Amino acid sequence: MTGNVIVIGGGTAGVEAAGQLARSGIGVTVIEKESTIGGHVRNWHHLFPDRRSSSEVIDYLRKQLKHDNITLVTGELISGFDKKGGSFRLKSSSGKEFHGDAVLIASGFDLFRSERKEEYGYGIYDNVITSADLESMFRDKSILLRNGREPEKIGFVHCVGSRDEKSGNLYCSKLCCITAVKQAIGLKELIPGSKVFCFYMDMRMGGALYEEMYREAQEKYGISFIRGKVSEVSENIEGKLVTKVEDTLAGRPLRIEMDLLVLMAGMEMSKDGEAIDISGKLNRGVNRFFAPADYHFGSNISNIKGVFYAGACTAPMNITETISHARGAVSDVLNYLTNKH
Amino acid sequence: MENEGKKRVWSEYQKEIADDHFFYVRSCIRQSFFPGSEQFFLDFMRNGLGKDVFENPSHTTCTGIGYHGDIVPIETIMTVVARHFALMKESGYKNIAISCVTSFGIYTEILETWKHFPEQLERTREFLFKATGREFDVPENMAHTSDIIYKFRDEIASRAKYRLINHQTGEPLKVVEHIGCHYSKMFPKHGVGGAEFPRVLSGMAEAWGGEIIDYPERRHCCGFGFRQYLVQANRGYSVSNTAKKFASMEPYKPDFILTNCPGCNMFMDKWQYTIREMEGVTFGPSGDSIPVLTYEELAGLVLGYNPWNLGLQYHMVQSEPLLRKMGVEFDPEDKYKTKDGVQMPIPRNLINC
Amino acid sequence: MNRFGYSLSKARVIDYDANNHAVAEYIAEKEPSFRLCIACGGCAATCTTGNFTEFSLREINILIHRGENRKPGSDIRKCMLCGKCILVCPRGVNTRNVVITAREAFKKFGINAL
Repeated sequence: MTGNVIVIGGGTAGVEAAGQLARSGIGVTVIEKESTIGGHVRNWHHLFPDRRSSSEVIDYLRKQLKHDNITLVTGELISGFDKKGGSFRLKSSSGKEFHGDAVLIASGFDLFRSERKEEYGYGIYDNVITSADLESMFRDKSILLRNGREPEKIGFVHCVGSRDEKSGNLYCSKLCCITAVKQAIGLKELIPGSKVFCFYMDMRMGGALYEEMYREAQEKYGISFIRGKVSEVSENIEGKLVTKVEDTLAGRPLRIEMDLLVLMAGMEMSKDGEAIDISGKLNRGVNRFFAPADYHFGSNISNIKGVFYAGACTAPMNITETISHARGAVSDVLNYLTNKH
Repeated sequence: MENEGKKRVWSEYQKEIADDHFFYVRSCIRQSFFPGSEQFFLDFMRNGLGKDVFENPSHTTCTGIGYHGDIVPIETIMTVVARHFALMKESGYKNIAISCVTSFGIYTEILETWKHFPEQLERTREFLFKATGREFDVPENMAHTSDIIYKFRDEIASRAKYRLINHQTGEPLKVVEHIGCHYSKMFPKHGVGGAEFPRVLSGMAEAWGGEIIDYPERRHCCGFGFRQYLVQANRGYSVSNTAKKFASMEPYKPDFILTNCPGCNMFMDKWQYTIREMEGVTFGPSGDSIPVLTYEELAGLVLGYNPWNLGLQYHMVQSEPLLRKMGVEFDPEDKYKTKDGVQMPIPRNLINC
Repeated sequence: MNRFGYSLSKARVIDYDANNHAVAEYIAEKEPSFRLCIACGGCAATCTTGNFTEFSLREINILIHRGENRKPGSDIRKCMLCGKCILVCPRGVNTRNVVITAREAFKKFGINAL
């Protein structure tokens, strides 16, 4: 089989698909905006539910990328494409052009900017951090407050920017609940004497071994789960974070002071993903992610023949789902190229 | 706490505030409780800044207290507000300046309603025309008068006679700001700085040298709530909200409370007396209570107006401790004299004196 | 003498930090499955006592976990220890032993001692 495919995005989805396409004899150009591959995984310390180091995923992706058919272009951001006959021309923001027989968009997601939830005071209160900030603390193996002290009471706020009409995101980001459970356990391991709380609307433990991990967090680590959406955070004179939440199971408002509060930032359609399609030719869902041609049978297929999707540019996905989705995309791309020639 | 983060929030909530030619609408209760505030605003705007501020004597209450007390229906209050717009049109003005936060909330709520339900606007036009023969335009610019003082805060700072600095220690005075709920909680875009970290009062206090206190219950409602406090049996939970705020701000030792809403101002001032009587508790230093000022009163003090002309003696909590910290010159003998120098009766058991 | 005709209301808020967590800690140590409750309410739905009196093991579980011991301290006496709740619990909480241990804890810490 012959042909050349442009893959936009060198994260998990893009690299997995590139590797599989290359081994089928297809020429692949992977265009990554950063200087290196890996996407969001690079910023994560370990993964749920088995707490595998994220560097293992990066190592795996590097191996996938090692193939003569693959050309990696880094530091280039795609800002528009057009189709002439059966071939595509992509433009980058630095003015470069790329040509291919098919395009696979694997532009991923952006983390919700937690400062948009003004009531939680991210970027204002010293010890309000995001799940991403906490991952980088895990990498440094040092969980410290701004004043250099170790936190004794830590809260996780679920659904920050997800299931939230006020943020314009009606959907569930799917990964935050299990990430909170994983991070809560990680914290208890690093600071065994700490008290850890999760504030959730629903515990959505829909993946393999998720519920088991939730149970372990309760039983083995004594993590407290309080059902209710945190309404407001403020800082008191001692620098503690006064957290207000309705305990919906007790049916009463609850007030609790925290040393550290972790905001579980949701996933959003990436801004750079939107820029690929500046002229708005590709269909988008109400969740603003790229809308596949069919959510059941064509989740990798776009409304433009020859343009395909892989991974979290279509909806929030975990690594497992992203890899499966990327493999599905490869199958659709190969079918397209076979029937085209 | 990071001020940079707050600046980012403020930058997202900037509103256009007219520069001149204001149609001024007063509050029902401010002239009783804080009689110098509106007077200061008019004097400073007209004589201090040389602005054109017009009052139409036919202006009435907006009926907000009745509306929130569930005795005035929305169609009625929309028609009353429309009549004010008609007076503005007849007087040749397009920028409305609203003294009361309840009214401001009602005006914003009504304008938003008309935007989303244009048939309501048409019905209101019809009601007003049938009842009075008047016609109206919606204002081109609508601002609360605290927005306007905020707009001219640097102008005031440049003319300041006193700053919000403890003149004995040189330390900035600690300011608690309290924003009326209906200023921006319903429509954050209509308030300077939005609803979570409003800038309208903190911007003034900082421009005049003070330091803002961000205490845990800063965003909590004062408890006014109209039909709640209006009914004596309900007043307990109304005052409990204010008590919760006082207890939360107490550890910071605030020098005074600054408000932009008539109800909040009246509550935070008078409830300190009530709580002291009921529970024997005060929230200021060494048994004192915390003075509560309107932004006009504060601007007036900064500009060197005589505190008795600003009406500070009519508060429940007296402001002398604050005046002494700011180094404001005042004559205690004049406190209860009429402007013609006639001595009035002096109230007994004054708080903070 | 209050001459106002109204008074300050007590806050309804659960003041977690001010509450006493000794009962919850005691139960969790003696019967670790206590921590596993997800408040599904299966126990309360099947409860013999709860059908006729104000008694909910779901509520008791939640309140003890929050350190709100007053109501549970009094309610816990009503349980007849029939054990139906153990059969229902999807998390395998030893509910019967939770009740017995809770009674011990309330007695130990002097909260509405039996």
